[in-house]
Amino acid sequence: MLDALLQGILLGGYYAILAAGLSLMFGVVRFINLAHGDLAILGAYLVLLVVEVLGLSPWLALAVAVPAMALLGWVLQATLFARTAKGGFLLPLLTTFGLGAVLQNGLYGLFGSDTKSLGNHIGNLSWASWQLPFGISVGQLPVITFCVAVAVLGVLQLVLSFSRLGRAIRATSSDPEAAELSGIDAQSVHRAAAAIAFALAGLAGAFLAMRAQINPYAGPAQLIFAFEAVVIGGIGSLWGTLIGGIVLGVAQSLGATVSAQGFQLAGHLVFLIVLGARLYRARGHRQGRWYNLFRLPVLPSRRAGATTSQAISEGRS
Amino acid sequence: MITSILDRLNRRHRITAILAMGGLVALALLPALAGGLVIDKLTTLFIYILLAVMWNLLAGYAGLVSVGQQAFFGLGGYFALRLVEAGMPPYLALVAGAMGSAVVAVPISTYALRLKGGEFAIAMWVIAEALRIVVMFDPLVQGETGTSLLALNALDPDLRRNLTYWLGLGSLALMLAATIWLLRGRFGAAIQAIRDDEEAASSIGINVMRIKQLTFVLAAFGCALAGTIWLASAITFLPRTNFGVQWTVFMLFMVLVGGLRTFEGPILGAIVFFLMQELFGDLGVWYLAGLGVIAIGFALLLPDGLWGIWRKRTGIDLVPVGKTFRNPPSEGLAPDSRPAS
Amino acid sequence: MLDVKNLVAGHGLLTAVRDVDFSIGTGEVLGIIGANGAGKTTLFRTLAGVHPAHSGSILLDGRDVTALSASRRVAQGIAMVPEGRRLFVDMSVRENLLVAGENGRKGGWTLTSVLDALPSLKPLLGVATGGLSGGQRQAVAIGRALMSNPKVLLLDEVSLGLSPVAIEGLYEQLAGLRQRGDTAMIVVEQDLDRAMEFSDRVLCMLEGRIVLEGQPRALGRQAITEAYFGLKSAEVAHA
Repeated sequence: MLDALLQGILLGGYYAILAAGLSLMFGVVRFINLAHGDLAILGAYLVLLVVEVLGLSPWLALAVAVPAMALLGWVLQATLFARTAKGGFLLPLLTTFGLGAVLQNGLYGLFGSDTKSLGNHIGNLSWASWQLPFGISVGQLPVITFCVAVAVLGVLQLVLSFSRLGRAIRATSSDPEAAELSGIDAQSVHRAAAAIAFALAGLAGAFLAMRAQINPYAGPAQLIFAFEAVVIGGIGSLWGTLIGGIVLGVAQSLGATVSAQGFQLAGHLVFLIVLGARLYRARGHRQGRWYNLFRLPVLPSRRAGATTSQAISEGRS
Repeated sequence: MITSILDRLNRRHRITAILAMGGLVALALLPALAGGLVIDKLTTLFIYILLAVMWNLLAGYAGLVSVGQQAFFGLGGYFALRLVEAGMPPYLALVAGAMGSAVVAVPISTYALRLKGGEFAIAMWVIAEALRIVVMFDPLVQGETGTSLLALNALDPDLRRNLTYWLGLGSLALMLAATIWLLRGRFGAAIQAIRDDEEAASSIGINVMRIKQLTFVLAAFGCALAGTIWLASAITFLPRTNFGVQWTVFMLFMVLVGGLRTFEGPILGAIVFFLMQELFGDLGVWYLAGLGVIAIGFALLLPDGLWGIWRKRTGIDLVPVGKTFRNPPSEGLAPDSRPAS
Repeated sequence: MLDVKNLVAGHGLLTAVRDVDFSIGTGEVLGIIGANGAGKTTLFRTLAGVHPAHSGSILLDGRDVTALSASRRVAQGIAMVPEGRRLFVDMSVRENLLVAGENGRKGGWTLTSVLDALPSLKPLLGVATGGLSGGQRQAVAIGRALMSNPKVLLLDEVSLGLSPVAIEGLYEQLAGLRQRGDTAMIVVEQDLDRAMEFSDRVLCMLEGRIVLEGQPRALGRQAITEAYFGLKSAEVAHA
């Protein structure tokens, strides 16, 4: 049980890296990127490619792949995302779905459907563990992932808090128009944010490939976890993403002790409960009767007067 | 000043209505004439159109973007399976299963509809995934392996195909009629008011939650019907397929390619999607990647969708659910120096 | 220095700014008055670049800036203190000022000199702007615009929502700015007396047009009131 708890916390580190990029895109560029999971997988494949073709160690390969992902993010934001962001909420969904489909099937076309892993290339890291007191052991890779996550988030926080780019990013996500009026070119801020987000996705993907097998279609599963971590931790907060990741990881790990499916289900349930609790707190204790859940909806009445008084007496449920 | 010219049932709409009636009758009689393959394909087309229209009702008219409609698609099939297991005749079970889905949609809506925008979309996806896993715990479903609606095999294949076809046709006609009827009335105006500005809508007495709930449950019912018809034509029930997020993705594609917020758009989009599946589906991976490219292309170049462009250019609507505002020709920058007094 | 010619702008089918034509020179203070809905804010937003102009031109030191985005106009020298202030609420006073300073024109206004001109901000540097009073926020908003080193400063209803005491203090600080003589200011102000007292020239807008223009003393209170309410047939009077 304690084992599962620890594992869950460490898993949270991976989720934090993955979710941070998503959160950045959503908070700054106001863009829901449905291809974020697929981008993580792309990053993983990039690292794999560099490792297998150039023979470098995965850590060196990261030094190549992560900047490459950043560049990709910059370019895609400049060409694709910026144009479709004007289309409200839905066009970005369509665009990123399209991007995801292209990525998934492109990767399949290039690499086939065999699962791959970086696990073979990192020595014994994927299974080695440290022994702690009370008979607990922690995997070395998860610990390293967690530490990288904290470090990366820390650097990101420093950039956001103290650098010129960071201030511009915060201003743009706070009030895009006022940022423009202060001389900030929102478009270049978006490009920078996208570059960072893609780089984070790639990094997360590499860590995923180190501890597990990946295949070209593994993106969407990771995407939903990333979304859950972002929402649990609270949209817009960087450290919230870490906490959200940890909560998700712990829930999943504990659920896995119950059954194989429990892993995912526990995560979903925690997500729904956290959202529900937030709603409940925001709304206070009005209309708390449980049987209200089962009231069937009614068509609006034809009489104008009745509609209004009905609405007033029923309140806004 | 802008003068509003409301389009009511003008001649064009009446022609469309008559043609639609005729089409319905013709389609109903089709099994007597056409071969099994045509019937099968048309059933699939009906499913696509139904899904597209339902998603457009939610996203286009009510502004509720749900990435989780597959929840009801799959639930409909699951309830049907369970009911057949309990002894109900299969086609009755299909309809009852869809209704069961709609009932489940009610408590889900009380929760989900309080969420905004992105949270709502993702929460619906999570709910769909959670339901999938719960359904997989049922020994009847056998986990990943899935199961089949074997009772259907007892029927003559032609009869089964035709019954499924008629169920599909009937469901589509019913849901289309219901949607048109709702959108034409006060409900349609209310729902679009909610989409445009929820606070303002509730401040003029619209019961926002009730209307959203009704839309949600209706759309759930439609998706559930589509799911049961799919089950009837495919016979097998695979949780990952029936609860898969690809259904929402298809719905999104169809609606946006056809034209969001228009009534005819999703129908057109469904036809386009269906044709593409038929013509290029065999290309497998490259087809799917191609779909992605087309999606990106539409988002960049044709964001209003095919029908959206048609409507902008010609102002023609086949189905009377919209109200068109036109300006009198003299509107412009006419100097008006008379002060208000 | 700033020349606006035949500017037309609107919202959809509604024309809010009709054929607006005026100029302002360095160090001058131009007051714009008019009832709500007259088009003052739309005019400002079009000048600042956050609202597209339908036709007409805006020339800054002879250079046509009509097609430039808002952030590029800031680089050229137009800065606006928007209606409602629009501060970055989760950022501190210092950060709000820095952001503008880092992304605007370089010039005499630095963090130090802005704080000297607006000393009320000095003790508030580390405070998140979301927690400040109306008057303090207005000072931050003005300071933020100054950090861009504008040639023309647009002040949209800066006294909105402030107590009389705060307004008094605000206009004292603005008077100090005016004395320096290097920045032109265009001030939208609902308080007629204040506008007349503070401006070198006033423009009165009604239904999107300029219906009166001239020096406040020369025009007289009555003429201005009549133009404000549109009580006489509109004529552009120069005095």
